[in-house]
Amino acid sequence: MSTAAVHKARAQTRAGAWIAMIVGALYFLLPLIATVEFSMRMRRGTYSFDAYRIVLADPRFQASFGYSILMGVCAIVVGVLLVVPTAYWVELKLPKLRPVIEFITLLPLVIPAIVIVFGYLRIYNSSSILPLTSSERATDVLLVFGYVTLCLPYMYRSVDSALRAVDVRSLTEAAECLGAGWPTILFRVIFPNVRSGILSGAFLTFAVVIGEFTIASLLDRPAFGPYLQLIGANRAYEPSALAIIAFVITWASMGLIQVFGSGRAVARK
Amino acid sequence: MTTPSKGAVVLTEGDSRPGPSHGPRAKDARRASAAWTWLGVLPFFLFAVLFLLLPTAYLMIGAFQDAQGHFTLVNFRDLLQETVLEAYWISFKVSAASAAGGAALGLLLAWAAVMGRLPGWIRPTLMTFSGVASNFAGVPLAFAFICTLGRIGLVTVLLKKYLDINLYSTGFSILSFSGLTLTYLYFQIPLMVLIVTPALDGLKREWREACDCLGGTAYHYWRYVALPVLWPSVLGATLLLFANAFGAVATAYALTGSSLNIVPIVLYAQIRGDVLHNQNLGYALALGMVLVTGLSNGGYIWLRSRAERGRR
Repeated sequence: MSTAAVHKARAQTRAGAWIAMIVGALYFLLPLIATVEFSMRMRRGTYSFDAYRIVLADPRFQASFGYSILMGVCAIVVGVLLVVPTAYWVELKLPKLRPVIEFITLLPLVIPAIVIVFGYLRIYNSSSILPLTSSERATDVLLVFGYVTLCLPYMYRSVDSALRAVDVRSLTEAAECLGAGWPTILFRVIFPNVRSGILSGAFLTFAVVIGEFTIASLLDRPAFGPYLQLIGANRAYEPSALAIIAFVITWASMGLIQVFGSGRAVARK
Repeated sequence: MTTPSKGAVVLTEGDSRPGPSHGPRAKDARRASAAWTWLGVLPFFLFAVLFLLLPTAYLMIGAFQDAQGHFTLVNFRDLLQETVLEAYWISFKVSAASAAGGAALGLLLAWAAVMGRLPGWIRPTLMTFSGVASNFAGVPLAFAFICTLGRIGLVTVLLKKYLDINLYSTGFSILSFSGLTLTYLYFQIPLMVLIVTPALDGLKREWREACDCLGGTAYHYWRYVALPVLWPSVLGATLLLFANAFGAVATAYALTGSSLNIVPIVLYAQIRGDVLHNQNLGYALALGMVLVTGLSNGGYIWLRSRAERGRR
């Protein structure tokens, strides 16, 4: 091929890539623009933030949003306490078990959430040995466990990859030589070293949980997802304002993962 | 586990010092420490059994039982009724269309970012945005598309005003098969970008140069070099997208209410109010869903391991 032909082919490649990017950007940005535009159309003839004001002042919004944040935080705490010690222990003492654990943590991606919660409703109903749906508090616990299950793949993967990047065995032996007990090793040696993994798992969990609909709705808890759905079915402008709020939260969670992830990389250099 | 690892040995040998003559005691100690080792993963397995495996297994077993708990295959025969079959068929169509479209367009975008000789800021921007958009599913996504392509959505209105195209007179509706597919693409394309970019990175620049030197065109390169290397990754990712769409409930429910009968929505209605009038039929419906998502995920894992082997 002559140099001229190569240059022509490269120019064509670049043009094609630009077209793909621009069409892609249009597809991804148009719904966001349309939603923002729609959310500001509440007052006739002029753009305003009325829909946002109404939504933010709605006590049900505040209650459901607060409830979902609380459930998210609980799911993060339970998830971290469950995943970090397990991943650490497997890395240190039971490496043969790793494929089994990995397989189990991937199952929530295979089994749809609606199937899992269907099982909960059958197993933990008020006539069972463990009647977790009999009172509101108990159902909250079940909801948190459901969220932990839902986010297990994300949490385990981010913690595990952070754990593999540090020399767990040397750290443990060093801590043992200095007379540290297991709680000290776990909370003061291992946790700080996998902080980046815990944080990215936590933000992913938060992004998933905050607008989650299926589990909360079927367990009949007043979370943000079911509230969104209810407003969507009954109002015109408020849903778009809520969609923008939800998008900003997702964006913030993902942005924070980037911040903490790259901050960690810089610190290591 | 039969041989305790190094750390455990160090800990136990302290008390069983008097050597080989106390063989049984040492063995006991070692067995005890092995038990302790297993205790460390007990909470995880307990949690997994209680909140993941047991609930699923309960439904799977229930699918093979009648209301009195006797073994039967009747539930599966009853699944062959019109509403259920139709639901599976629409679900299959939406998942397949959004997976195929998402895979093709996601591959195109990833290609443009990785090999399109675009400015350097494009790729990290696309990756970050994909991370966000692949998680932006559910109820808010449905709202966004109603604002865009609903009856008074921005695009619908603009098309009518400036191009004189009435979208809804062409038979399009955001509440229909095409509308749902278009909406699902919003999280399917970014997911494909995230999965396939590492595979594209695995294509070596020298291969392209070798192809160019031998007088090959872009067509030859893709037909004989790039696609044969990429296809397990691409096909595997497509299967993953298929499963991803098949299990999604919230987006469809918020978008169409119950007007579009896809499997997750039928199951949702069944859980809420036993619309099929048979508990065990609901279990069979759930089993069908797990089978579909399980098989396509299994295919994804198999193809991914194949792709990794090929790269070595």
